[in-house]
Amino acid sequence: MSFEPGQRVRVAARTHPGHHRTPGYVKGRTGRVERVHAQFANPETRAYGADGQPAQRLYLVGFDQGELWPRYQGAARDRLLVDVFEHWLEEAE
Amino acid sequence: MSHDHDHDHPHEPIGTDGEPKAAARVRALEELLVEKGVVDREDVRRRIDRLVSRTPADGAKLVARAWADPAFKARLLDDAREAALELDLDPGEAPVVVALENTESVHHVVVCTLCSCYPRALLGPPPDWYKSLPYRSRTVADPRGVLEEFGVTLDDDVEVRVVDSTADIRYLVIPSRPEGTDGLGEEELAALVTRDTMIGVAQARAHEPV
Repeated sequence: MSFEPGQRVRVAARTHPGHHRTPGYVKGRTGRVERVHAQFANPETRAYGADGQPAQRLYLVGFDQGELWPRYQGAARDRLLVDVFEHWLEEAE
Repeated sequence: MSHDHDHDHPHEPIGTDGEPKAAARVRALEELLVEKGVVDREDVRRRIDRLVSRTPADGAKLVARAWADPAFKARLLDDAREAALELDLDPGEAPVVVALENTESVHHVVVCTLCSCYPRALLGPPPDWYKSLPYRSRTVADPRGVLEEFGVTLDDDVEVRVVDSTADIRYLVIPSRPEGTDGLGEEELAALVTRDTMIGVAQARAHEPV
């Protein structure tokens, strides 16, 4: 499944044994696609000597800071942008 | 020290005293890879030399040109790799570089929570604090607090955008052009662009008249 800029997405809440590039603090959180990057070799298999194929699309996903940290002290408009691979994203309502 | 004495005592090996565990592991790995013919020691040396030879001066050239030329800034924001090549700078090999513009209403600050991803080709090696656990963990959750410690205080009507560089993209911040720099040429502008402004933990300042 691919995603469009502006689309609401949720980062999968699953655990993943071994190397992966999805930070724990965004798992299960809902944000919006900010940018659609290119496809890159999958680091989860590349880290173990494979070629990382099939390549995975990378997205820059934006979150309201309040969505990530309930006790966030900064301004309500503050956001956090993080690159997440497509196979970690789910459609959100 | 002269070596005209008899060798009745052992000599210490060179340069590994107090070596961090990770460095020892990397060195052991390198030795194995060289021994097995996977990598060439000279190639490793050249690559290290190339990495450490980079400086923030290259990134500063990009920012200064962007400040001076709005059309170039648009190209830099659209495709930083192409824009770097346009100035005969080397944007590096695999990772894509994305430039983000700080304005009166948006302030970007870059972090890599998972390790130390950094646009090394354009900024040189990252500062030690960039790789530290406190910077990596606190910047995402309390960016305004971290920025305060770097001397940057932002009003609440400025949107702070933390950018966590987790994968193949390297982010470079284009700081806001300081007031009072209208008459400056590109070289003078580039001198105002420090490494920290391109990470987003500092703001570019015009030199105060002495």
